[in-house]
Amino acid sequence: MTSTAARTADLKLATRDEGETQILNFGPAQPIMHGALRLKLRLDGESIVASRMEIGYLHRCFEKMAEQQTWNTVIPFTDRLNYCSSVMNNLGWCKAIEDWMGIEVPARAQAIRVFFNEMHRIMDHCVCLGPGLVDLGALTNLWYLFTVREMAYTMIEHACGSRLTTSYLRIGGVAFDLHKTFWKEAEEFLTKGPKFIDDVRRLIERNRIFIERTRDVGAVSKEDAIAWGWTGPCARASGVNYDVRKARPYQGYDQLDFDVPLAENGDSYDRYWVRLEEITQSFRIMRQVLDHLPEGPIITHDRRVALPPKKETYGNIESLMNHFKLVFEGIQVPKGEWYSSTEAANGELGFFVVSDGSGNPYRVKVRPPCFAVAQAIEHIAVGHMVPDLTAIIGSLNIIAGELDR
Amino acid sequence: MTEEAGHVTEEAGHIEPKTIGKLRERFADQIVDVTVREGDDAVTVRRERIVEICTFLRDDPDLLFNYFIDVCGVDYSEFDPDMPRYGVIYHLYSLGHNHRIRLRVLLDEDDAKIDTVTGVWKGANWFEREAFDLYGIEFTGHPFLRRILTHHQFVGHALRKDYDHGKRQLCTEVWDLEFE
Repeated sequence: MTSTAARTADLKLATRDEGETQILNFGPAQPIMHGALRLKLRLDGESIVASRMEIGYLHRCFEKMAEQQTWNTVIPFTDRLNYCSSVMNNLGWCKAIEDWMGIEVPARAQAIRVFFNEMHRIMDHCVCLGPGLVDLGALTNLWYLFTVREMAYTMIEHACGSRLTTSYLRIGGVAFDLHKTFWKEAEEFLTKGPKFIDDVRRLIERNRIFIERTRDVGAVSKEDAIAWGWTGPCARASGVNYDVRKARPYQGYDQLDFDVPLAENGDSYDRYWVRLEEITQSFRIMRQVLDHLPEGPIITHDRRVALPPKKETYGNIESLMNHFKLVFEGIQVPKGEWYSSTEAANGELGFFVVSDGSGNPYRVKVRPPCFAVAQAIEHIAVGHMVPDLTAIIGSLNIIAGELDR
Repeated sequence: MTEEAGHVTEEAGHIEPKTIGKLRERFADQIVDVTVREGDDAVTVRRERIVEICTFLRDDPDLLFNYFIDVCGVDYSEFDPDMPRYGVIYHLYSLGHNHRIRLRVLLDEDDAKIDTVTGVWKGANWFEREAFDLYGIEFTGHPFLRRILTHHQFVGHALRKDYDHGKRQLCTEVWDLEFE
């Protein structure tokens, strides 16, 4: 007498024709799809033979709403693009306006920006690596990586009063100078942080489950990565030596000594490792910034974009009028079109901006790095098995906030 | 915007780079306007030979714009009443030469169509779908030109200037996601 399970298996085999396929909806409720992505898969057994991706679940029309704002009040909106690394989005936006208007950011503000920018790169990579490894069954790494992230969040909270959506930068500088506990926290972060990352490295470098689930899974060649417009760690894992910080240095990155980690195979394994190496390089950059932090103002003296100091506002009529005009009418950006980009955690974050000369942006187009990456998923998924998607999507770090905007 | 070929605007102190010179040499009759600004050069071209222009930009050894960075739409209706209504803006980057270029094509309101460049850079796929979704610009020959950010019941195009930013449109029906 056969068991029920065996009978069911026999029945399935009997009714399944050779070459028969079935449809599986992967997401949006599936945990690794973040509630914001959906893949429709055509399966032959467990193998994916075709896939189609649907996005847009988180679409807030950032670009339309930016047109209703003044140039400075767009900054809180940019926080919500890649919400894992808000300062990096603030920087992309502020740099775009500064580039066009020729605003010179003071050296101290640039150093603070770079410090917090790299800290957010570390946090973003921690969010990619931690839950990504959990999806592969390696839970312990999450606690190490999120300890690093928590230390960073505490510093940010003390720097600007908020944690996730910081709005820390201003056009022309930063909102607040460093607080009195900054040095102690920064030293602790730069001392303890790399140790946690080393722990993660040692936990996974010889972990057979991790290696076998990620090696040759979702591999993308260098040519394909370029053709798809991939940038950032995903492209560098495929061997594309492109980093905006090196190609077009900004905010004093050309004065800093750091390497751009590269890999060759472009598989999920390489993408995890490139991110891990980038964290190490970010620590290296932060150490250099901390050791040579210049004194001076934290925001430009250019009165076209920055409010005058309070003392002057109360002391003379020109500064008072300047203050009123900036608050009521906003920054008056000259008419024109331009593009500016930065190296965000996921790759090239670009802002194409059109100004009609008024106090509001006429058109803002964000070039989100993971939009180019996400469009390739439905192609690289084909030929893999369903559980491989977990490793692939986890290693690509799709952030729906910037994908859908 | 003048429609005369070869009309050039240059900002003081900037010399026209080689990228624009090569383009001018090959497609002189297609160039409508040139703006030279260090690191942010822009060329407005006619739409008829856009695929040919893009292929040349990608393949010429002095240009090698192998990286497709972005394509987006712009609604110029409130920007300048004398301009055609829509703009399609391409951002390209060359990995080997580390230079950039921005191509702009202007389209009239009643004929907002342009050939797809997905055959030149496959990375243009979703970006063109996005411009189609939010502006209604049709990319002729695109392999899967469907809405991408708004839902299938959405009426109109959200980033056009005459679309109210406060308007809400609910999605009430499910939609079958097609494979082909």
